[in-house]
Amino acid sequence: MSKLLIDLYTSALRIRLTEQEISARYSQNRMRCPTHLSIGQEGVAAAVGLALRNDDFAVSTHRAHAHYLGKGGNLNTMMAEIYGKKTGCSGGHGGSMHLSDLSCGFIGSTSIVGNSIPIGVGLGLSIQLNETDQVSCIYFGDGSVEEGAFYESVNYAAVRNLPVLFMCENNFFSVYSPLDVRQPKDRKIHEMVRAMGVRSDVGDGNDTLGIYNKVSDTVKEMRNGKGPFFWEFYTYRHLEHCGPNWDDNLGYRSEVEVKEWLGKDPLVKLKNDLISNGVTEQTINEIKLKLVAEINVAFDFAENSEFPTMEESYKSEYK
Amino acid sequence: MKRSIPFSKAINEAIHIAMEKSKSVICFGLGANDPKRIFGTTEGLVEKFGESRVFDMPTSENGMTGVGVGASLNGIRPIMIHQRLDFFLYALDQVVNSAAKWYFMFGLKKSAPITIRLIIGHGWGQGPTHSQNLQSWFAHIPGLKVVMPTSADDAKGLLLSSVFDENPVIFLEHRWLHNVHSEVPEEYYEIPIGKAKIVSEGSDITIVSYSYMTLEATHAAKVLKKYGISCEIVDLRTIRPLDWETVFTSVKKTGKLLALDSSSPFASVASEIVSRVCLDIFDSLKMSPLRITQPDYASPSSFGLTKHYYRGAKEIVMEVCKAFGVNPDDNDLTELEKKPHDVPGDWFKGPF
Ligand SMILES: Cc1ncc(C[n+]2csc(CCOP(=O)(O)OP(=O)(O)O)c2C)c(N)n1
Repeated sequence: MSKLLIDLYTSALRIRLTEQEISARYSQNRMRCPTHLSIGQEGVAAAVGLALRNDDFAVSTHRAHAHYLGKGGNLNTMMAEIYGKKTGCSGGHGGSMHLSDLSCGFIGSTSIVGNSIPIGVGLGLSIQLNETDQVSCIYFGDGSVEEGAFYESVNYAAVRNLPVLFMCENNFFSVYSPLDVRQPKDRKIHEMVRAMGVRSDVGDGNDTLGIYNKVSDTVKEMRNGKGPFFWEFYTYRHLEHCGPNWDDNLGYRSEVEVKEWLGKDPLVKLKNDLISNGVTEQTINEIKLKLVAEINVAFDFAENSEFPTMEESYKSEYK
Repeated sequence: MKRSIPFSKAINEAIHIAMEKSKSVICFGLGANDPKRIFGTTEGLVEKFGESRVFDMPTSENGMTGVGVGASLNGIRPIMIHQRLDFFLYALDQVVNSAAKWYFMFGLKKSAPITIRLIIGHGWGQGPTHSQNLQSWFAHIPGLKVVMPTSADDAKGLLLSSVFDENPVIFLEHRWLHNVHSEVPEEYYEIPIGKAKIVSEGSDITIVSYSYMTLEATHAAKVLKKYGISCEIVDLRTIRPLDWETVFTSVKKTGKLLALDSSSPFASVASEIVSRVCLDIFDSLKMSPLRITQPDYASPSSFGLTKHYYRGAKEIVMEVCKAFGVNPDDNDLTELEKKPHDVPGDWFKGPF
């Protein structure tokens, strides 16, 4: 039990500390691309990443750092990508919003809302055709659920009974637009999807262990041919939609709401779970120190890497 | 009364005036009422005109475009806004198969007077899916009007013309123009769609340009003047319908053509300019036409690549000098480079 908890904590904290470092260094203007941080939303990424195998597929959105790292992504190459360097996981071509690493099954994150959802279903189709027991996981937010591409994809995953794990992180906002200007009041996204023929459920996005247990069960069933599943997890981003800062001065979310969610921080819960499982403060500190060292190395790697050159990057338009 | 205001404010003013002038004008888009108000362009609208006329929308570009088109078929004049052109690609079906074709396909009975504002990103790692310049796609479609102003005063006048035009208009705003100031009249006025503007007169070469590239052309022309080369800059303002008369008159005068484009070259607006000049007034050309576009590749995100990807004043000077057998001064060329190259100015606060 505590081994699993330690793994979950390590993964979530790795994401948290990495993104805090991005946030701290962003204003040095050396990461010159839009960047969407998941601080506050690490629980889903850490849990699902561990519930999946390395050879399972994942696709994601503009907010993909956490999903990438959770899925076993390489910290050095992610940071290099954000710095626009040749050593980046997408060759420095894509920046923060376009992470791809075939070695850990992270096929790609794209920045048009909803754009990668059909791609994930297509990967699911390929799995079915190839008759393997892999799973295709699609990470997206509540905003993506408004795109036609989402409905078309869910429908097809249901029609073909594809091994697709729809992973909706509902953080209640699309940029600054709250759910109530985008979706009817009483809708539960997971219930709507169930009515479309895909099994679904909802859970607490701050309870990392809970997510892990639930999603592991789903994935097990999916490997045995039970078809697509839609998970909705309620979660909250602590910082602004895009960029390194707090933006609560804008007043688009109430102080009470923000405070309440900050109090439900998934990392605090994980740490408490560790302690109540007999893990010592010292062990927890050691984990942190190791991660900090790893993160420093990654930033150094990114900063010291070269930019790509036009000759290499534009060798050919086609493969 | 005229005063100097930025492009984004001119857009905002145009929407205010349009909504005051006609109750049928509505304004919507993702983030229309959020605290940032679409780079300030929807400031004050919801407070003045209410949420039934000014509203945020679901992340549903395709569906919501169709909704706008439908409303426009029954007397509503929607102004629909997207923070990036790229997000709007979901809606190509509604704009190409519905909005653009309606008037023709149903026997000239009704048209779809919707105005769609699309903002084009540039720099700061906007990359392959946040900075595409797809004006030539839209201009390819019969039935659409495509407007691309450069200055704040043109932006206001052209937006008002667009809103009260009877046809669907794609109104393209380059993000790097949002903070560029010019003298803008306070009152209602229209700038006709389909009329180009000579932004500076000259006798040696015609530079045909539009939107952001016109600014780069203006910087280049100043340097070229030092070398005794006098440029006539034609700012198209409207891509479709295109003001061929102004283009042809200028090329007949100078005998030389440089067509600029902020997109990739294949089937671009610049290639259309070159092609039509060759087809229609070939005899007035004293040398082969020139063209400067972005490279024929996806746009990169990396600072190391964007430095060489975006073309501007420096490249214009080099190209024109080559054609005129002039050796440009290295200092002049360095002066023309933006530093840093990926932000429009100090006012720009990333990261979007
Ligand atoms: C098609 C499209 N429309 C609009 C945008 C602008 N945009 C970028 S992120 C975002 C928010 C989407 O919200 P959600 O899917 O809930 O994800 P979150 O940012 O909350 O993680 C929007 C609207 C976009 N990238 N693509």
